[in-house]
Formats: sequence, C-alpha cells, structure tokens
Amino acid sequence: MFDDFFIRALIAGIGVAFVTGPLGCFVVWRRLSYFGDTLAHSALLGVTMALAFEINIAISIFIISSVIAIILVKLEKNTNLPGDALLGLLAHSALAVGLVVIGFLSFIRFDIMGLLFGDILAVNVDDLIIIWGGGAIILIVLKIIWKPLFASTVNYELAEAEGLNPDRAKAIFTILMAAIIAISIKIVGLLLITGMLIIPTAMARNISDTPKKMVIFSICGGLLSVIMGLFSSLQFNTPSGPSIIAAALFLFILSLFRIKQSIQLKN
Amino acid sequence: MTIENNVLVKLTEVGLKQRNKWLVKGVSLIVERGKIVTLIGPNGSGKSTTAKIAIGLHKNIEGNVEKFTDKIGYVPQKISIDWTLPLKVSDFMVLTDELDEEKINEALKLTGADHLKNQNLGNLSGGEFQRVLLARAVSKKPDLLVLDEPVQGVDFTGEIALYKLIKEIADKLNCGILLISHDLHTVMTATDHVICLNGHVCCSGTPKDVAMNNEYKLLFGEQASQTLSIYEHKHDHVHSNDGDIKKN
Repeated sequence: MFDDFFIRALIAGIGVAFVTGPLGCFVVWRRLSYFGDTLAHSALLGVTMALAFEINIAISIFIISSVIAIILVKLEKNTNLPGDALLGLLAHSALAVGLVVIGFLSFIRFDIMGLLFGDILAVNVDDLIIIWGGGAIILIVLKIIWKPLFASTVNYELAEAEGLNPDRAKAIFTILMAAIIAISIKIVGLLLITGMLIIPTAMARNISDTPKKMVIFSICGGLLSVIMGLFSSLQFNTPSGPSIIAAALFLFILSLFRIKQSIQLKN
Repeated sequence: MTIENNVLVKLTEVGLKQRNKWLVKGVSLIVERGKIVTLIGPNGSGKSTTAKIAIGLHKNIEGNVEKFTDKIGYVPQKISIDWTLPLKVSDFMVLTDELDEEKINEALKLTGADHLKNQNLGNLSGGEFQRVLLARAVSKKPDLLVLDEPVQGVDFTGEIALYKLIKEIADKLNCGILLISHDLHTVMTATDHVICLNGHVCCSGTPKDVAMNNEYKLLFGEQASQTLSIYEHKHDHVHSNDGDIKKN
C-alpha cells in the first residue's frame, strides 16, 4: 500500500492535519501566526544545516527553530523593540542567512521550490514515520499541558495566581511549534505552513461555539483540505502544497456563510 | 503552626519598584481564615499591585511574602476574552480546576448567575461577567479568595447583595478574603479589617477607625467620612418584632 506515492502523500497529509488542527487553535487564540511564520522561515537555515552536516532534516529544523524561539524570548526581554518588529527581524534574517549558506554549498543539488512550497508527492516511508511518530508525541504533550496552556490563554494572571505555571506551558508549547514545523515542512513547505495552521482554524471559529468544537472542526477542516487539495492536484496537475492551502481557503469562504446566518439569527 | 495556624498569607514590608518608581512600598498585612481584609485607596495607589504581590504574580519584589495555602481563587480586575476564542460560561467555570456539573450549578446559583451557564462569555454584560468571575473563583472552594473590585459594573442593589454574599462565602467556606474596593461605604458591613493605601499604608484598622482617621479624610475628603458615619449610625440599633427599638 505504501508503494504508491499518492497514498503516501495522503497518509502524510492526514498525519499533519491531525496535529495542525489543535496547535493551530492556540496559534490563533494566542495571536501567534506571525510567530509561526518566523519559525517556518528559520527552517530554511535548518535545512541547509542538515545538508551541510548530513543530519536528519526534521531534527535539524527542529533544533534551529527552537534556537530561534529562544533568541526571540531573550530579545523580547533585552530590547524595547515591539514584538512584531523582532519577529520580522528574525524571520528575514534566518531566511537570508539560510539562502547565503546555500550559496556556499554549491556542491549540493537542492530543490528550493520543494522547500518553499512543499513536496508531498516525494514523501517516503521514513518521512511517514517521522510525521506520525512526531505528531503523536506532539499531541500527547499538548494534551498534558492543555489545562495550564488553555487557562493562561484565557487569562495569564488567573492561571498564574491559581498555581498552574503558565510560563512552563508556554515554553513547552513553543517547542511543540518548532516540532510541527519540522515535521510538516515537506507537506506544504515553509512559506505555507502557517496557512495550514491558521486557515482551517479560522474556518473552525466561524462554525463553533466552544473551544472543544473549534479544535475538532479545525482538525476536520485540515483533513478535508489535505484530501481535497491532493485529489485536485492529481486531477488538474497543480502543485500539491498550494492546492491544499487553496482547498483550506475554499472551506474558510464556505464557513463565512454560516457565520453570516448566525449573526442574522442573533439580530 | 501554633499562632500562625489561621494565617493564609502574610506580607511583611513588601514593595515593588518599576521603572524607578515605587508602585507600593512598605506594605504589611495578614489575611486570616474566615476574615475579610479590604484594601481601599484612590486610583493608582497600589491596591491591585499589593493583591498581586500577595498571590505571587509579581517577581522581583522587596520584602517578604509567606503563603500558607495553594488553594487560591482569584477575580482579576480586568479580563478580556478575544473573539477568536469561543468560550461558554460552563467552559470558563472549569478553567483551572475540574468540577462536576453539580458544583458548577451550585456556584453559579450562589452568585445569581445560573441562568447564564450556556451563554457565551463575550455576550455577557459587565455585571453579569463579574458574577461569573466570582462564581468561578468560589466554585473551587479556595482557602484564600482575592477579589479585585469584584462588583464593578454591578448595579447598586446587586452591589450590596454581592458584598453580603462575599461575607457569607467567607463564613461558609471559612476562607480568608482579600478584597479590593475604591469605595469604603459599600464594603463597610462586609469587612473585618481595612487597609487604606496610597503607595504605602496610610492607615488601617476596623472600618470605623479608618473612616474616622484624619489621613483617610485627607485622601478621600471630609464628605466620604461623613456619609460613612451616617451609614454606620443606622446600624447602632435593632428593631424587635413589637416595633420597639433597642440600642446595641
């Protein structure tokens, strides 16, 4: 079954959607979409490091993204620059340095488009193991830190006052973000990962009235996007990563009709 | 654990300096089980800061905080829920603790918010929201309740009823309460000890002592003190069933 490249792509995409659903909710709730972007941009540096030192790409991306996240926290404490400027600074610096390093590694043949927009059809069995194994670990850890993370998302001081240790939950969540980017880079590419995190979630917000429903709909939206995107890319011979994101956008637009209805009902 | 048996939190000469300015300095207070301690003072006098220090929300403080319990219920002064987060009252109730259905209902009923259970938090009015916040803090049966202006936005009759309720909660749960208010008048009956803050402890004592204190008069004006004494006067007698009035 795993012999067929399309089946492998489908299994990989489904694995990623299960993880981006719940993580995406926190990205939207905590206003971290640009933070996700920054980590994703730094993934390019991770890939070049992996190629230069011949280590696993996912592990290398995970390490570099975590380092960038730590640098961000340090900068936030030690400068007066606003958060979005710091994020932009790190995102584009990491991207630029990554590209410069690629320039030095001229002896390596390198598919930059696959890195930017994903190369889900080239997923192999090792990738599947990383996606499903890594994804399972991410979800288990998220389940463990759910309470303090969610409580501090609603109100930091309340969570802190009532003894939930929100700082630790936040730090662990940051690592989870680095991990999801590491395992999903091959599916949608570093420029589109944030889309996979927030578009199904934005869709889910329009049709949910509780956090739990929002997580479930977000996962469903991600799964549907992957399936619709992959089949349409097969049908119309379009690039698969962008097709997945376009499918997510289509679902989001559909969900807008629902929210219009509910607003009318309320009036 | 002899004398300090009932002490829930003890602040000794605490202070907090931010950007070269002392927000509060040299504040000492003790909250005991079953007692209500009220912090009053004008805007920016450090009431909220002091409460936050007491529950460990501020690091890098001067002085000493001893906490003898971890079971804390907190009603922050301001809380805003982002639209992106759909949250019903029933979800909010279990935010920091697992509670069964019955306890949720009981707590909401206690603060007169049981009809709001299935409402979205974003649709509540200010006063309704305060009732829910209070219900959530009470529902976990804490040892120490910290209430930062818990009745803001509540209508006048509701305000008095809620203060009465807070008093009942303190008795029923036998918990200590650290209450913040800018209005001594309304908290009068529901407090054991008042601390008047203005960056430092201006004066402290029973509500009556504080109302009569010169520093308090200086801070809030003669008027505040007078309304208070009239208010207090009303309570120096009881009406018996036959219509007779007895002095206390």
